[in-house]
Amino acid sequence: MIGRILAVLKARNIEFIRDRTSLTWAIVVPLVLVFGLAIVFSGSESDQFTVAVLDDATTVEAREHPFYATRFIEFVPITDTADAARKVGRHQFDLLFASAPTAQYWVNPESPSGYVVERLLLQTDPAAERQVVTGEAVRYVDWLVPGILGMNMMFGCLFGVGYVVVRYRKNGFLKRLRATPLSAFEFITAQALSRLLLILGVQIVVFTGVKLLLDISMTGTYLALFLVALLGSTALISLALVVAARIDSEELAGGALNLLTFPMMLLSGVFFSLEGSPSWLQSLAGVLPLTPMLTAARAVMIDGAGVMEILPQLTLLLGMTVLFLAVGSVLFRWRFV
Amino acid sequence: MQSHPYNTAPMTASAPIIEVRNLVMRYPKVLAVDGVSLAIAHGECFGLLGPNGAGKTTTIEIMEGIQAPTSGDVLFRGRPLDRAFHAEAGIQFQSTALQDFLTVRETLELFRRLYDRLENLERVIEECALGDLLDRDTRKLSGGQRQRLLLAIALINEPTVLFLDEPTTGLDPQSRRNFWNLIDKIKKRNTTIILTTHYMEEAYVLCDRIAIMDHGKIIAAGAPDQLLKHHYDDVILQLPQADFPATLASLEHKMLPTQQLVEISTADVNATILKLTEHRVPLNHLRIRPRNLEDLFLELTGRELRP
Repeated sequence: MIGRILAVLKARNIEFIRDRTSLTWAIVVPLVLVFGLAIVFSGSESDQFTVAVLDDATTVEAREHPFYATRFIEFVPITDTADAARKVGRHQFDLLFASAPTAQYWVNPESPSGYVVERLLLQTDPAAERQVVTGEAVRYVDWLVPGILGMNMMFGCLFGVGYVVVRYRKNGFLKRLRATPLSAFEFITAQALSRLLLILGVQIVVFTGVKLLLDISMTGTYLALFLVALLGSTALISLALVVAARIDSEELAGGALNLLTFPMMLLSGVFFSLEGSPSWLQSLAGVLPLTPMLTAARAVMIDGAGVMEILPQLTLLLGMTVLFLAVGSVLFRWRFV
Repeated sequence: MQSHPYNTAPMTASAPIIEVRNLVMRYPKVLAVDGVSLAIAHGECFGLLGPNGAGKTTTIEIMEGIQAPTSGDVLFRGRPLDRAFHAEAGIQFQSTALQDFLTVRETLELFRRLYDRLENLERVIEECALGDLLDRDTRKLSGGQRQRLLLAIALINEPTVLFLDEPTTGLDPQSRRNFWNLIDKIKKRNTTIILTTHYMEEAYVLCDRIAIMDHGKIIAAGAPDQLLKHHYDDVILQLPQADFPATLASLEHKMLPTQQLVEISTADVNATILKLTEHRVPLNHLRIRPRNLEDLFLELTGRELRP
């Protein structure tokens, strides 16, 4: 069994590596995106300020506080004070504000935007109580890199497995393999392992390049980040196998894969955070495999989270993998019926 | 034409290596296979013939274990098809794709490693004349070279049963004859061969026994010579149309306008030639040919074009 899996895995790896256009695309696209966006957002911070607001402050009474009438400030309701305060420390929020029972706020004195927003707040309420938090600023590029790498992995896993298996089925290669002692399990395992190795290899190259050139934040351990990449990729590959289980049309497969990738690209936090968006939208994003992957990756890279702290995301990714693999195995057909 | 109870039993007394029992394959709008039963002996070369859409490929794919029938059974050594069958079977499909970007050698290695029982790779390479092509990308092979590679893949596990689905379609005459020589060598190793083809000459040269299918059913089966003997007791005399006088219109004949020929069917060649000479027909261009499988095929399946 191992011999057959290795044979198919080796052949698929050769196919990918010799397909120069695919290989170049997999490496160059994320680099171009990271550098492009880093340049675009490397200037001054956004001219719109962001203030986290504790839930208590969203009551009708609280909304009467004159600070809420300030223009060009986005007020983002939050529930976790400690998490929001940490983000103020990292300049991800300019200020954390609570109007009830007494007005108080948390600010990082090192944050230029925090300084401006603090002045605006004190103009409306000079008696507001000040709390100081500290921390180093997180650049947009530090926040963006996990998103771009995750997005690249998502495309690589979904299209690299889903599209390829559908192509094999359509052109009859799967039928040819069906005529050998190779089992569906062995074939699926070989495809998944091949893609996993290639994706992780490519991501290591891209990550190293980005780290060296942009000196992105990496405060956690590489082991934790590798676990996130490993389980995230496995979940995405398994999802691709569900899509590819029966389809024999590349057009239909392309449509189905786009239907999966677009919501993940928009809702899983690749380019921007969903904080402040409706709770139903955040719940929807939570069931997409890219969301726990990016949440865990950012926790490791930016906040220095260890394996235990990202265990909920890792468990979720593992659960998704098991579910998708089970569904994909049941649905899998060698040929269109 | 005589009536014929067809014989789908193997010619030898030994137990069949493959047995097909009352096979039915029904698609939503088509009954592709309609109660086919066959028994093929070990070492036999069996040909399945039929016009397009007759159900040959569906039948052979069910026999290969690639498709599941609506009903009926396929037995290999008396047992339903299982993984052990795939280990012993070699299959060359009518059309198939290979993995892109792999060389001939890498493709052979890939398939070799999928089997536990391995043919001597060098022998397969030599037999299929692939020695000079080993480092070539499989996408850059000619039609004949590609067919030889597909046959090599089918032989890579030293199969007990070899399925060949229209293996020479699209090949030039040289490649086709080369392919026949190759199949002949494989036959001599006592490998059971099941072949579908559109070429009657190919079936006649290679097959110990044939079955003609139409509309999902077997309409004739047996050894090629026996079938011809069973159906025909005449030979065909061919004359140029210009040499055939109107006074002989009473003679049973058929015009072949595209070839400008007249075909006279007769069981008594001497008497017919005598009649021709009596009518002063020049015999310089007279040709006599025996009945062949193509005659039988067209007679049984009709001459009209299939949709």
